[in-house]
Amino acid sequence: MQIKPILAALRRHKAGTVLIALQIALTLAIVCNALFIIQQRLAHMSEPTGIDEANLLVISNQWAGHRSPQEVDAQIQADLAALRQLPSVRDASPSDGYPLTGGGWDNYVMLTPEQIEKTTDASVYMGDEHMLDTLGVKLIAGRNFNASEVMQMTSRQVVIPPVVIVTKALADHLFPDGSALGKPIYSMSSTPSTIIGIIERLQRQDVKTWSKPYAYESLLWPMREDTDGLYYIVRAKPGQLAAAMRAVPQALYAQNRMRIIDPKDGGTYAQIRERIYDSDRGMAILMCIISAVLLAITAAGIVGLTSFWVGQRRKQIGVRRALGARRGDILNYFLTENFLISVGGVMVGTVLAVGINLWMMARFEMARLSLAYVIDGVIILLLLGQLATLAPALRASRVSPVEATRST
Amino acid sequence: MFSYYLELALRSLKRSPGLTLLMVLAIGFGVSASMTTYSVFRAVSGDPIPWKSSQLFVPQIDMWGPAGRGADGEPPNALDYIDAVALMRDHRAKLQSASYRVAPTMEVPGSGRHPISISGHAVYSEFFPMLDVPFAYGSGWSVDADTNQAAVVVISGKLNQKMFDGQNSVGKTLDIGGKDYQIVGVLGKWDPQPRFYDVVDTGGFDTDTDDVFLPFTRAIAVNMNNAGNTSCNSNPAEAGFAGMQRSSCVWIEFMAELDDATAIQKYREYLDGYALAQKSAGRFTWAPNNRLRDVPAFLDNQHVVPSDTKVSLLVALGLLIVCLVNTVGLLLAKFLRRSSEIGVRRALGAPQAAIYAQFLTEAGIVGLAGGVVGLVFTALGVLGVGMVLPKDIAALAHVNFSLLLLTLVVAVISALLAGLYPTFRASRVQPAWQLKSN
Repeated sequence: MQIKPILAALRRHKAGTVLIALQIALTLAIVCNALFIIQQRLAHMSEPTGIDEANLLVISNQWAGHRSPQEVDAQIQADLAALRQLPSVRDASPSDGYPLTGGGWDNYVMLTPEQIEKTTDASVYMGDEHMLDTLGVKLIAGRNFNASEVMQMTSRQVVIPPVVIVTKALADHLFPDGSALGKPIYSMSSTPSTIIGIIERLQRQDVKTWSKPYAYESLLWPMREDTDGLYYIVRAKPGQLAAAMRAVPQALYAQNRMRIIDPKDGGTYAQIRERIYDSDRGMAILMCIISAVLLAITAAGIVGLTSFWVGQRRKQIGVRRALGARRGDILNYFLTENFLISVGGVMVGTVLAVGINLWMMARFEMARLSLAYVIDGVIILLLLGQLATLAPALRASRVSPVEATRST
Repeated sequence: MFSYYLELALRSLKRSPGLTLLMVLAIGFGVSASMTTYSVFRAVSGDPIPWKSSQLFVPQIDMWGPAGRGADGEPPNALDYIDAVALMRDHRAKLQSASYRVAPTMEVPGSGRHPISISGHAVYSEFFPMLDVPFAYGSGWSVDADTNQAAVVVISGKLNQKMFDGQNSVGKTLDIGGKDYQIVGVLGKWDPQPRFYDVVDTGGFDTDTDDVFLPFTRAIAVNMNNAGNTSCNSNPAEAGFAGMQRSSCVWIEFMAELDDATAIQKYREYLDGYALAQKSAGRFTWAPNNRLRDVPAFLDNQHVVPSDTKVSLLVALGLLIVCLVNTVGLLLAKFLRRSSEIGVRRALGAPQAAIYAQFLTEAGIVGLAGGVVGLVFTALGVLGVGMVLPKDIAALAHVNFSLLLLTLVVAVISALLAGLYPTFRASRVQPAWQLKSN
């Protein structure tokens, strides 16, 4: 295939060539970044929580009327006893939050009592000795809380428990040499909490951008919180989630009517995930739509302009055919022409894609675009260009040599 | 002449329906994507109280010192109880109010009904006149009620509808948290977005409006817990809500009305003086590091407009640009295909201006058609935006006349811009060359 005559022809269609190349460049730049955003969001959405999501149910329980802390604690214990006796329920625990709450309690964690700057930040879960079994998290070192260690907290942020269970991520961050078990940590207090157990994985309550540096760094306090309200985390027996969803609120209201169960908070993990990843899913869908429209428009534009060129050059094509060029030669000519333009476009587009990503990194806390997306984008656009050229190029190849003899 | 160009343009567009449809769709898609994302951006970046936002200020005090500051050196975005109450006591602004979020329970009369949870804010009496809060019935409470920790309440129109069928309920009582509160006012429709008086707890947007407003002093007196965010840089030394009030944990929002530059300057000086006084009292050990931003500046500082919204808008604008480049290419092809026609017209005496008029008319028609397609897609897009964006933000986006007008204008201007270069090329066609070659 001779490239020189193609380049010579392109020089006579500078504007059209530049426009197609520009369109390909812009499309590549936007599609790369859009694909990257989609991948980031999907990856974020598929981060595991480390818990038995399929069987978990979270009830947001607020107390109505006035009660003393002792009365509240007695009610919580009665509630839990009732929940654990339900035939559809495997276990239940009180808590101040649940993985993917979307807010909640986190504490700075320090290694010494005098330390002013934090070592890291941990999501704080409160629960009793049933918490580990309820969540279905795996204890990989040490032991669980026992019932006598479970304390009562009548107001926030005052009681620091002497024992604590941490996630492996938190243990590794605090003690990179793997010696976390048995060590004391300090949660914004001079009271030490000794690490008695390490669990494999437990997602934080909040997974927004700010908490990314502390991914999976969570800790468990043996505690029942007796303020205005709490969460009951309930683990249904396998396959009995639906039954538990009906039975749990009934059992709680049967215990005491003076409570409010908030239907907009908690629920099953399908609901919880839908709520917390709302904006991520939306962004991914939006980027998908825009990318699809963009690729369609660019393809249509290439079809349009190539068709125009084919129409313009019917006579030349006829001459070439009359001089012995085969159909394949004509087809090849247009495909190569598009390929050359596309290569020019993707080269500019790659620079643009990286530039846009760098700008977004500075402006919108975006991660660095990995080269794989640029390569994917380049392949997609080159293929798109060839496919879009195919129809007009085939039409060109069917131009009869007779055309050479016609005027215009 | 214009009607002649119109006819020529329509005839030309009809001659290649495929190409025309492509251009119209491209402009339609590009414009509607931009307008849909713009409608969201417009909704979230709006000024919630445009007539007064530059007179409403949010003071920030650095009660945590250097260790508690972020990388940007900013003090916390809320106040602790000690500072909030001190600022209220000193009362240096024209109007001012500390506030915090509450979520008490309310007994619903009628046996066997479950109590309900209501949301609201504990505020001072000046909150209502300062924010120009509209009342359907009654009014806010007096300064005396603040001082006396009076059991009074202002309720939303929505709660009034639910409890009293929308009748004037001023003077009636509600059982909130086990105590009776007398209703002194019922709000009219009031749903400012962003929720500028409580960015700290809402992040800016909230689909639920406040049900009740009660006196701050009363809420503190009856130990009504903070239902909003609490941030601490150290654990409170004492237990309970009382301990929280003596701690440096921040959970109180504050707003002050300052009407002119002098007042603003004086308030800045007051804040610095306050911080210095705290330093000499030994509570702070660092130089004053206060902030005093008006509402728009504070909303910006708190990044109320989600970056997702900005990124979506930018990507959509990118789509529009690609659509325009596409249209330039197609119009160029279309116009140059008619070189011979242009040659004839020019040879018969048509000036270049006439060629411009003719082809820009054609581009304008494409733009108008694209705009009409864009209108439909924009309307659908705004309706469907709830499926892809968080509810609290999507609920704010709406179609109105100005958005529709803007859609049409943007479409036509885009098409005319896209038409400029192809028209320029068309006007440069040499009549002699065209006539000769035919």
